[in-house]
Amino acid sequence: MNKYFSSSNMTGGYGGVDILNDCGIEVNQGEISVVVGPNGAGKSTAMKAMLGMITLKSGDVILNGKDISGLTPEDRVAQGIAFVPQTMNIFSELTVKENLEMGAFLRNDNINKTIEDIYKLFPILKDKKNQLAGELSGGQRQQVAVGRALMTKPSVLMLDEPTAGVSPIVMDELFDRIIEIKNTGVAIIIVEQNAKQALSIADFGYVLVGGKNKFTGKGSELLNNPEVRKAFLGG
Amino acid sequence: MENFDILNALILLANFVIVPAISYGSQLAIAALGITIVYAVLRFSNFAHGDLMSFGTMTAILFTWLFQNLGITGGVLPTALIALPFAIIVTALLCLLIDKSVYRFYRKQKSHAVVFMIVSVGVMFILNATVRFIIGPNDRTFFDGEKFLIRALDFKASTGLEEGLTIKSTQLITVIVAIITMLLLFYFLQKTKMGKAMRAYSNNEDLALLSGINPDRVVMITWIIVGALGTIAGVLYGLDKSFKPFTYFQLLLPMFAAAIVGGIGNPIGAVVGGYIIAFSEIMLTYAYKKFFIYLLPEHLEPSGLMQFLSTDYKFAISFIILVIVLIIRPTGVFRGKTI
Repeated sequence: MNKYFSSSNMTGGYGGVDILNDCGIEVNQGEISVVVGPNGAGKSTAMKAMLGMITLKSGDVILNGKDISGLTPEDRVAQGIAFVPQTMNIFSELTVKENLEMGAFLRNDNINKTIEDIYKLFPILKDKKNQLAGELSGGQRQQVAVGRALMTKPSVLMLDEPTAGVSPIVMDELFDRIIEIKNTGVAIIIVEQNAKQALSIADFGYVLVGGKNKFTGKGSELLNNPEVRKAFLGG
Repeated sequence: MENFDILNALILLANFVIVPAISYGSQLAIAALGITIVYAVLRFSNFAHGDLMSFGTMTAILFTWLFQNLGITGGVLPTALIALPFAIIVTALLCLLIDKSVYRFYRKQKSHAVVFMIVSVGVMFILNATVRFIIGPNDRTFFDGEKFLIRALDFKASTGLEEGLTIKSTQLITVIVAIITMLLLFYFLQKTKMGKAMRAYSNNEDLALLSGINPDRVVMITWIIVGALGTIAGVLYGLDKSFKPFTYFQLLLPMFAAAIVGGIGNPIGAVVGGYIIAFSEIMLTYAYKKFFIYLLPEHLEPSGLMQFLSTDYKFAISFIILVIVLIIRPTGVFRGKTI
């Protein structure tokens, strides 16, 4: 039985080279799946493939029992999948509030309630709502990026290395917020370099090596797996 | 009369420098806005903008003639103002047609900005030839209505000053229409959903796509705005001076200079750049002899014309400013590149 949002047998990559070799990632609503692995393992590629940014040679992407493999990224966003890219994930020349409004571009209903919800989740954004997003600190930018993605009221949130380049304190704070988002029933997939911290909040973890699922299991299981610890978590 | 010398000098300056520079600057500003928006949203330097203005103005002239023949005139105002909205519609449609038949092909190929620029040069030649084919290469005046707001003779008579101040009605119309245009444009870009989407698309194209902003729609709206801005700038310039297709091609240099000096891609920069170029051009080519005669004691009176450059060199001024800005501050006065 597939989970709420799942991919399977994904093979493909950029140009002729296959980065993904039969890999699959799944997540349920109200759960966090974390994808870790060494550099070049295809973590981000797997996530982009699930959003449709990469043409796969084979593999299926299923959302809520529906095959969405043929949809463009824009259509998948309209289906309720939100994506926070690793870089260039905010409109730096727009204000914080305008960033949130652009996240809700596809919505025609009143978005003020959602904006208020996001201000509640990230109070600093309310203080800075009229400031250009490009002028904010790294951690605040990530909050804008996550906030923008949440504006569509998505059922799936995919984060590509959300803690890259932010301080450890900000990282903990950000993970706390992500857990809060999870508790509202959103299915979350995170690709992370900070494997230990990420796995500790994960309901389910994937260790990708060479574009394959090398280890899968509950977050705590992976954290305690001696092989995983030795190879990826520094002992 | 000794005490009025300073006043006379100021009126002289207002008459020959300030008033003409404000109206020319407004025309350049609207024209540079068109260039800067194409650069920000579509990411290329549109060399066809001058001839697009020429096409828009020609259309306005044709409509003006039509209305005059039908007996519709603007009364004290030029009939061209009634023709303007119709000319904007035709020119915007032409922009969409050109985009569909030319630029879209290169967008799909994801061509480099330089390729787009060269393509726009091709569009420029075609538009240029089309305009000359339809209306001919000659100078045309299409102004009607009340010519002067303030006449030099009346001004002298009522103030008793030696110097007269002339304000042409086209100068006031230019300023009013330019201000309305700018306010509408900035309102659209800052306050409406589509305007914000245009800025978002200009700032971060990939994220705009991820947010569900439809790029085809952004491109379409951009061309409609560019067609409107080009027509307005062209008609204002043509009303104020006269319409000659070749002049609009020559305007490319000051227009690009204005956009780049202000910071290309930045609408406020385009407006400020327009006035910087206009004031520089007129102030550096004006002969200040009479101005100094008023201000200086008799034995210090200048013998020469006190002119920095002959008016024949006015285009050199845009060019020099352009070079200086590109060397000292390549991003322009305001940070350019995105809107």
